[in-house]
Amino acid sequence: MSNQIERFEDPGLPAHVHRNADSDPLAAKRAERQVAILFMLSALGTVLTIAAYIYVKSDKYVYLPIMGSTNLQQILLGLGLTASTLFIGLGAIQWAKKLMPDQEEIAERHEFRSKEVDRDELVAAFKERGGSAGLGRRSLIKRSLGLSLGLVGLSPLVLLRDTGPLPKKFFTTTDWTAGTRLLLDPAGTPIKASDLEVGAVAQVLPELPAGTERTLENTGKDAVLLIRLRPEDFNLDPQKLSWTYQGIIAFSKICTHMGCAVALYEQQTHHLLCPCHQSTFDVTRGAKVIFGPAARPLPQLAITVDADGYLVAVQPFTVPIGPSFWERNSSNG
Amino acid sequence: MKPTQKAAGAAANYVDERTGAAKWLKKNLTKVFPDHWSFMLGEIALYSFIILLLTGTFLTFWFDPSQREVIYNGSYLPLNGLHMSAAYDSTLRLSFDVRGGLLMRQIHHWSALIFMSAIVAHLFRVFFTGAFRKPREFNWLIGVGLLTFGIVEGFLGYSLPDDLLSGTGIRIAEAILQAIPVVGSYLSFFAFGGAFPGTAFIPRIFIVHVLLLPGLFLALITIHLMLVWYQKHTQYPGPGRTEKNVVGYPLMPVYMAKAGGFFFVVFGVTAFLGAVASINPIWLVGPYTPGQISAGSQPDWYMGWLDGLVRAAPPLETHAFGHTISWNILIPGLILPGILFTGMALYPFIESWFTGDKREHHLLDRPRNAPNRTALGVTSIVFILITIVNGGNDIIATHFHLTINGVMWFTRVGLFVIPPIAFVVTKRVCLSLQRSDRDLVLHGRETGRLVMMPNGEMLEVHEPLSDAKKWTLTQHQRPEALAAPLPASATVGLKGKLRARMNRAHATQIPAPTLTDLKELGEGHH
Repeated sequence: MSNQIERFEDPGLPAHVHRNADSDPLAAKRAERQVAILFMLSALGTVLTIAAYIYVKSDKYVYLPIMGSTNLQQILLGLGLTASTLFIGLGAIQWAKKLMPDQEEIAERHEFRSKEVDRDELVAAFKERGGSAGLGRRSLIKRSLGLSLGLVGLSPLVLLRDTGPLPKKFFTTTDWTAGTRLLLDPAGTPIKASDLEVGAVAQVLPELPAGTERTLENTGKDAVLLIRLRPEDFNLDPQKLSWTYQGIIAFSKICTHMGCAVALYEQQTHHLLCPCHQSTFDVTRGAKVIFGPAARPLPQLAITVDADGYLVAVQPFTVPIGPSFWERNSSNG
Repeated sequence: MKPTQKAAGAAANYVDERTGAAKWLKKNLTKVFPDHWSFMLGEIALYSFIILLLTGTFLTFWFDPSQREVIYNGSYLPLNGLHMSAAYDSTLRLSFDVRGGLLMRQIHHWSALIFMSAIVAHLFRVFFTGAFRKPREFNWLIGVGLLTFGIVEGFLGYSLPDDLLSGTGIRIAEAILQAIPVVGSYLSFFAFGGAFPGTAFIPRIFIVHVLLLPGLFLALITIHLMLVWYQKHTQYPGPGRTEKNVVGYPLMPVYMAKAGGFFFVVFGVTAFLGAVASINPIWLVGPYTPGQISAGSQPDWYMGWLDGLVRAAPPLETHAFGHTISWNILIPGLILPGILFTGMALYPFIESWFTGDKREHHLLDRPRNAPNRTALGVTSIVFILITIVNGGNDIIATHFHLTINGVMWFTRVGLFVIPPIAFVVTKRVCLSLQRSDRDLVLHGRETGRLVMMPNGEMLEVHEPLSDAKKWTLTQHQRPEALAAPLPASATVGLKGKLRARMNRAHATQIPAPTLTDLKELGEGHH
């Protein structure tokens, strides 16, 4: 036995296996009929689509199992469209599989690399033509062209400057000032401490100066959540405790992580949960983060009551509300 | 000659005299395409893109991309009298007052999900079979680009209706912009034309969604297909298939019928989903307002991994010199995705660097025969799957009676522990599959037929494989099939050592049996 290792040989393309329809005219005829039936079903689908569009009332609803109450016109249009497209496809594929030649063919591949002589000629031509333009020699032209091409890209950038104003103080301020009344959202009515029972939650917005209309931009940073606990439930430092009123504590509703509305309050545990990324804040401890990606507590709004007994803000928020940004000074929370 | 033939001939003559197309067509009508189900994944993506263009155009006829405030007064009574943007209002009208409008919206959304799924499945096929190797690196890069833009396009698309859920998604995107050091708050104001949400955003993303990105897709897809056409398709190994040829069916008529038919099948299936499966019922959540939110907020699946990463991030911020840097946003939202996508784009070049393999490859690898690559792919998939699980941690927690905290901690630990395990297990599985291939070739197929020998011994009859099958299972065993030995000069220094280490790891394989092995075994038997 020789030491030469023998490998398996490529046996080459297997012989063609005849299909029924290749040899049996009856089978071929059957396949032809199948294809024709599929195409006819597609035509029926189009008829169904048109009929549903014209003759079915748009406001007719039917009850279907699993799907529940369904708009009859929409589903008939959909099923019609399904039939009209799906059966064309199935027909064409059946045609290809049963009747078209199924003998595999072999094509040769070609090398992508250009022939050495072509490459050399290209390099020579490039050098000659580049040289004739002075590409190598005239460095003044080359450098000034580089400069101008570099600069020309700046104009569109500059022109995009006016896509928006500068933020100025937007991120660090809200519409809450000393004495701003808390208005229930969406009713827009002022609220008294007695309106909130222990365990209750309410969303409030600041009363805006007369003549100012509330926009979504205001709401996006002004929204505040009021929660009433038993005063003995709090575990706050004296200053933060003085910002509450008869067990009512107010927090910015805008998550300090990515700005979603922190809306899920669990009465038993006094936890606030943000549904976006599950940051969890402990209301009794000044909305301290106890779980999730948020890095800072929800800012607390100091509240009290005015002469008429309505809840008002004592002062603006002492820290910026919402998610972080580069200019935010977070040294004091 | 029949009149129709005459007319066709005249038309063809007219075109050819002006373009010379006959020569090109003559050559390409017989162009050969190899047949395999996994080659249809990219086709699904292409056809979904066409469906997206068709249905999307329909939607633009009624959709009003404006954040102008209007009061809804239409057929969906629960929302009557509510203030909302014209975008949300017109989406409601499309859904309830335009015949077929809801159907088109649902086909469009399903089609987007299928588009992204098909791109990802196609990516897996190309990765695991090594189809990205020379000369197809350009197409790999274009593919990574299409995937990236697809994610952006999908996100912008489901943001357009301006409902409570999509508005929340945009709020999160705004927070990512805002978190970028130094320029974040400016970028946010430029993108939104001022304070969030403002009235500029929907019109802006609309034009990006319907013009800019689709135009880019069209250009990239065209180059992608032209390269496939020019370089000819890869093929799986098998009898008669070599690096020098391509074996398959001709364009005319088989591929035209199959591929054309397949377009209609994809359309039909998507239309069926749009007809019976409700998707994104925006009327249930109401118009967007920053002060409200719906529980169980979920992005579409192709954004889920990003959301899952953000959810898993620890609460890390740096506060110094009057500035704030949010690592809890930057790392999961920008830095990690950047690393993942850059790594993915560069992989063909990295592999070619450490294998030293600069040859052309037209025969695909069976995934088991490149254990290192397959293991790396599975590792990445497992990583992304864990993040997707975490992106739905609230839903999973409520459905399976777990705590959100539990799912989150599973993710935080699992992201570091499970992918390496997946790597080792996958590599072992690949090597075991190679061993089983070896056994198959040497000992044949187990037939399940038992025979009793005269001495009472029971034996199972093994049937030798066909020559074709033997070839398919052993053809990969060429010298330096996986990694070329590196020259000694290339393995010095830290970089060189790393390269040598990766080279060795990549070359791991079970020796495929040879005819010699089989003969020796035969001698032993008798």
